[in-house]
Amino acid sequence: MSGATPPALVLDQVSCTFISRDDPGQRYTAVRDVTLAVGAGEFVSVVGPTGCGKSTLLNLAAGLLQPSTGSVHVFGRPLEGLNRRAGYMFQTESLMPWRTALGNVMAGLEFRGDADAKPKAEAWLRRVGLGAFGDRYPHQMSGGMRKRASLAQTLALDPDIILMDEPFSALDIQTRQLMENEVLGLWAEKKKAVLFITHDLDEAIAMSDRVVVLSAGPAAHPIGEFAIDLARPRDVAEVRAHPRFVELHSAIWGVLREEVLKGYAQQLKVA
Amino acid sequence: MLSGFKLRAAQGGLLAAVFVFWHVMTTPGLVPPFMFDNDRQAAFFFGEPLKILARVWVWFVTEADIYRHLAVTLVETLLAFGIGAVLGLAMGLWLALAPTASAILEPYVKALNSMPRIILAPIFAVWFGLGIGSKVALGVTLVFFIVFFNVYQGVKEVSPVVLANARMLGASNRQLLRHVYLPSATSWVFSSLHTSVGLAFVGAVVGEYLGSSQGVGYLILQAEGTFDINTVMAGILVLTAFALLLDAAVGRIEKRLMKWQPKTGETEKL
Repeated sequence: MSGATPPALVLDQVSCTFISRDDPGQRYTAVRDVTLAVGAGEFVSVVGPTGCGKSTLLNLAAGLLQPSTGSVHVFGRPLEGLNRRAGYMFQTESLMPWRTALGNVMAGLEFRGDADAKPKAEAWLRRVGLGAFGDRYPHQMSGGMRKRASLAQTLALDPDIILMDEPFSALDIQTRQLMENEVLGLWAEKKKAVLFITHDLDEAIAMSDRVVVLSAGPAAHPIGEFAIDLARPRDVAEVRAHPRFVELHSAIWGVLREEVLKGYAQQLKVA
Repeated sequence: MLSGFKLRAAQGGLLAAVFVFWHVMTTPGLVPPFMFDNDRQAAFFFGEPLKILARVWVWFVTEADIYRHLAVTLVETLLAFGIGAVLGLAMGLWLALAPTASAILEPYVKALNSMPRIILAPIFAVWFGLGIGSKVALGVTLVFFIVFFNVYQGVKEVSPVVLANARMLGASNRQLLRHVYLPSATSWVFSSLHTSVGLAFVGAVVGEYLGSSQGVGYLILQAEGTFDINTVMAGILVLTAFALLLDAAVGRIEKRLMKWQPKTGETEKL
């Protein structure tokens, strides 16, 4: 990384410890000493076993959580409060149920007082293939449509950093691959920095420039980093058959496997 | 299940049957008395449906003097509902978003809610006089708590993800209130609309009954003073029909405003 353009997002030695409100003696360190940088225009995925604190990392990057130690930098500046340059696509339903698809996509533009909110939102709805469904309420849309609306809602603000928290984990495999390709297409147009969280290694490799493997929690930290040197543009379904993909997959899985087993064993213990 | 027409016919038939039974049991001389000492007592205690309907007819058609009273009761109901809902909404939003105030006021809110508030009616009559004011005040105390608790709950139950999402989309605190908390809270207000409008109505009628110079409750009170059971029954009948109409109106409003809420088994009509 050259000094001229600072990376879009840097997590510098961040740790995050949660304290139980009812019993302050109970603490849980979700992530410890995580250092992670996402360059401008870079697509970075974080994979890790379930419950390892991946979402915590995103919430730190978004400014929704403050790190216990360490710091977060956005384009070279320390982050205070919410990360205004980031868009966040949540794992669970995040659309406002009382607004139509159009209303939801418009929301962010409206909050900013954008006079062209409506035409912009309509254009985004068309881009994600929901042009004819602008008047639907979230409960009238399928899971995939809601995710598209969420995507349009996030991207309509044209954020410099896009944070995605397992955005497609609730979708069936076909819809999921369609959406992955769509996201890649949109990303290729604008080349924003993306921090993508997933537990699906295939998805991570198919989409990213770089894959970071997180250890099992508690006190999760990165234990491996892999540059994905597959040619772009990629088709997420076709790239899986590429020999280099298979090679990378087995290399990363070699690191991830043990952590997944560890994470699983811990969950069993808790249960 | 019966089809729409048959269902209505069955419902109407049941109503007719009840009236016929009532008529047969109370009309003097029709059946020999088996519960009372003489054949006029049943009519004295329960009224006679034909006379009651005649009374209603006189009210609505020949003398047409009930509209004034109905209008008063309706105005009281609407004012009580409106004021109670606005106060409940404001208070609910405030306490739900201000944890300290909420913690301090919690026992008092509980105490006020558990108090049998109907008993305040005489006090309100002293404070606000025998006009509309005291009835509205009584209705407000009834409506307020329903709306307040629903709004409070509604704000507390805003999905944290929806909230975080709105914040990430750049919503200021005011915008969060306007675009997230308020819609979420109003949905709870509307879901309690039937109860709260009903209670506003109860407040109005009970207030009138306890002391007033107009309104349907007043008509009933007057009739009771002269043991005119038929007019009392007629008043109850009119009130019931009126409450049903009010409830139907609420149902329509609710349907219009709450179209974003999922209903089970909803399919798109093409």
